[in-house]
Amino acid sequence: MRRLFFLLPLLGALFLIGWLGYPILAGHNPQVLPSALLDKPVPAFDLPSLEEGDGSVTSTELATGAPVLLNVFASWCAPCRAEIPLMRRLVDDGAITVYGLAYKDEPKATRDFLKTLGNPYKRIAVDRNGRVGIDLGVYGVPETYVIDGQGRIRYRHVGELTRSVVEEQLIPLMREIAG
Amino acid sequence: MIAELGHLALIAALVVALVQTLIPLYGAAVADPRLMAIARPAAMVQFLAIGISFAALTQAYLVSDFSVVNVAMNSHSSKPLIYKISGVWANHEGSMLLWVLILALFGAAVAAFGRNLPLDLRARTLAVQGLIGVGFLAFILFTSNPFERIPNPPLDGNGLNPLLQDIGLALHPPMLYLGYVGLSTTFSFAVAALLEGRVDPAWARWVRPWTLAAWCALTAGIALGSGWAYYELGWGGWWFWDPVENASFMPWLAATALLHSAIVVEKRGALKSWTVFLALVAFAMSLLGTFLVRSGVLTSVHAFAVDPDRGLFILGLLAVAIVGSFILFAWRAPKMESGGMFRPVSREGGLVLNNLIMSTAAATVLIGTLYPLALESMTGEKVSVGPPYFEATVVPIMIPAILALGIGPLLAWKRANLKAALIKLWPSYLATAGMAVVALVLLGAPVGAILGLSLAVWLAVSVLVEWADRIKLFRIPFGQSASRAAGLPRAAYGMSLAHLGMAVFILGAVGETFFSSEVVRYVDPGDKIEIAGRELVFEGVEHRQGPNYVAEVGIFKLEDGEVMESERRVYPVEQTSTTEAAIRPRAWGDIYAVLGEKADNGRSTIRIYVKPLVLWIWIGCGLMTLGGLVSLADRRLRVGAPGKRRAEAWTPAHAGMDAGDD
Repeated sequence: MRRLFFLLPLLGALFLIGWLGYPILAGHNPQVLPSALLDKPVPAFDLPSLEEGDGSVTSTELATGAPVLLNVFASWCAPCRAEIPLMRRLVDDGAITVYGLAYKDEPKATRDFLKTLGNPYKRIAVDRNGRVGIDLGVYGVPETYVIDGQGRIRYRHVGELTRSVVEEQLIPLMREIAG
Repeated sequence: MIAELGHLALIAALVVALVQTLIPLYGAAVADPRLMAIARPAAMVQFLAIGISFAALTQAYLVSDFSVVNVAMNSHSSKPLIYKISGVWANHEGSMLLWVLILALFGAAVAAFGRNLPLDLRARTLAVQGLIGVGFLAFILFTSNPFERIPNPPLDGNGLNPLLQDIGLALHPPMLYLGYVGLSTTFSFAVAALLEGRVDPAWARWVRPWTLAAWCALTAGIALGSGWAYYELGWGGWWFWDPVENASFMPWLAATALLHSAIVVEKRGALKSWTVFLALVAFAMSLLGTFLVRSGVLTSVHAFAVDPDRGLFILGLLAVAIVGSFILFAWRAPKMESGGMFRPVSREGGLVLNNLIMSTAAATVLIGTLYPLALESMTGEKVSVGPPYFEATVVPIMIPAILALGIGPLLAWKRANLKAALIKLWPSYLATAGMAVVALVLLGAPVGAILGLSLAVWLAVSVLVEWADRIKLFRIPFGQSASRAAGLPRAAYGMSLAHLGMAVFILGAVGETFFSSEVVRYVDPGDKIEIAGRELVFEGVEHRQGPNYVAEVGIFKLEDGEVMESERRVYPVEQTSTTEAAIRPRAWGDIYAVLGEKADNGRSTIRIYVKPLVLWIWIGCGLMTLGGLVSLADRRLRVGAPGKRRAEAWTPAHAGMDAGDD
């Protein structure tokens, strides 16, 4: 009986190791934040375009028949600045199409930002008060959504896009969606 | 060339560590003194080899050798010298190298100072220390080689995360590692004792200084990290219950418990298997901390190397260390217990209470930290357990600890008179009641604050009462009291200082938690900001050029004409920005100003905090560390002191029971 008592720490340790090991073995990644809107249509919006005299950008426009990316960004966010060159390269290669959502940002600041860094976006919707951001459940800028040809959200990436994220996750997913 | 030398030295260290493990263990098993004697030189050579390797990496950083991947990823030629050096350990590979360097340092220290240890205990301790080295050196060489080269070196490096370019962060990791890794020594001692199947008071006498040394470094390391968070992150907080902060707090709690239970083993020969268990747990907690930081299983500001393979490797090391040592524990510990019967009301009873509380707190923090992982594994739901949980659990657990802490040191060993001790504490009751009344009536403080301040006063006054009791102040002529005070062992002063440090810490924490004020608003240059009865003038924003950054400097002027400057720095190389809060520290409270985002029409967002007593948080931690060091300097504990007494201490079981400390 007394001996069993001394076995308790060992049992605790085995339990702990299983507890810690399972998420790694099962391939969980704490950085992944699944969207609550997964496989649901993009929340409806009708926002002014950043280009003056360009009319408005609507959520239905995202359903292009082919997968596109929706990138939530702002001129005041440093990682957004960092991911622009990568997106520009991929757009130039014809690998992706990106729509922009300028989140809680002043249009002039956004325009200056894109003037210095170059513009990877096909069109940019201006979400001045962050309303659409709330509908989307934006966690923090930048965020990037993969939208399929029917305008449904298929994936959300929170944080800066890096080469490995794009090449290993977004592009394969988009290929798969496009069939 | 030098990088290859460093790599080679690291491989050599792995080989030596293997020798240090296998030969002395075999030697101890067959009782061959020549084989056991190999442990000492091996530990020193291992330290030397890792030292060469560490020097080689440092050299690559100093000369900005960008053909080394690690340097190219984490350094930049325009970085100030100090951050080129601290860059060595501000990344995964380099920090693991620092980890093994400190591990080998402790091994070499046991080898150097342990001449008085019985040969077999020393051989086994060093062998276990060597085995830990084998695990981590293999980890570095197979998964995180810091000396990897790039075929086409870039012209300049990526730079170091600007948040880490800070003096606090240059010192925080080495200090914390000294603490984490220092606990490896007590772990090795504990495993050696289990292998031998016996623990006598002299073992505790050896374990205590090593625990104390590690505990001091851990306390200082945690305080440095918290100080860094306070002034560098610009949120005005000092403890966030972040998983990685918890990962350093758990070993601290375990080490604190160990420190106290080792006294009971030393003085009374009781609690042996419990103390061995705590020594195992304390290091297991350190390994767990390393795992949480390095594997990225939990999201945290510290998780800079998210790599499942590395996570699995460290988990494997953790598994071998704890499962192996707990199997040994389950097998050997039941035979080790002595008949140390004792009464609840006694010094040892008080120390047991301390142990119960510290372990409960450690378990509570452990559960809170790992709960999100478990929940996600089982249901896929993501939660984060934050300050509300920890504040609601850990704080109430600590209240009885503080109450008991005031009384415990006044209790005698074996059988104490609780009533006499409680009567001696009359000044504490008066002071505590006085504080409560002042807090209630004058400050109109909330209940939590009254409780906290009263506890701080209770503890501080009780520490003084205990000291006065020892030197018989006012009961014998003053001169005699003074000479008694001079004659008290340093360990006694160490204890008083550390306990006083705890009181001071509580004072600071309560002040900051309950009495802080905050103002967030837009300002135009020339605007006045009123906060907590004070007034600041926002003078405007200036642009400045730093060595490797450009800064917007917000200038604030206080009523007394003093100028405070808060910076928003943009580091062009790293493409990131940091905030440098302007802090005017004062004993009664800090004024803390942060320049925020630029708003429309030339206005700026600013945040101003007044944080009463916050400085005392770190002064308290400093006192605790100092107390540990003073205690460490006690003649009877001094690790390297040539001691006839210690050599004798190995025969009689209760040789440690001398009156000097009571």
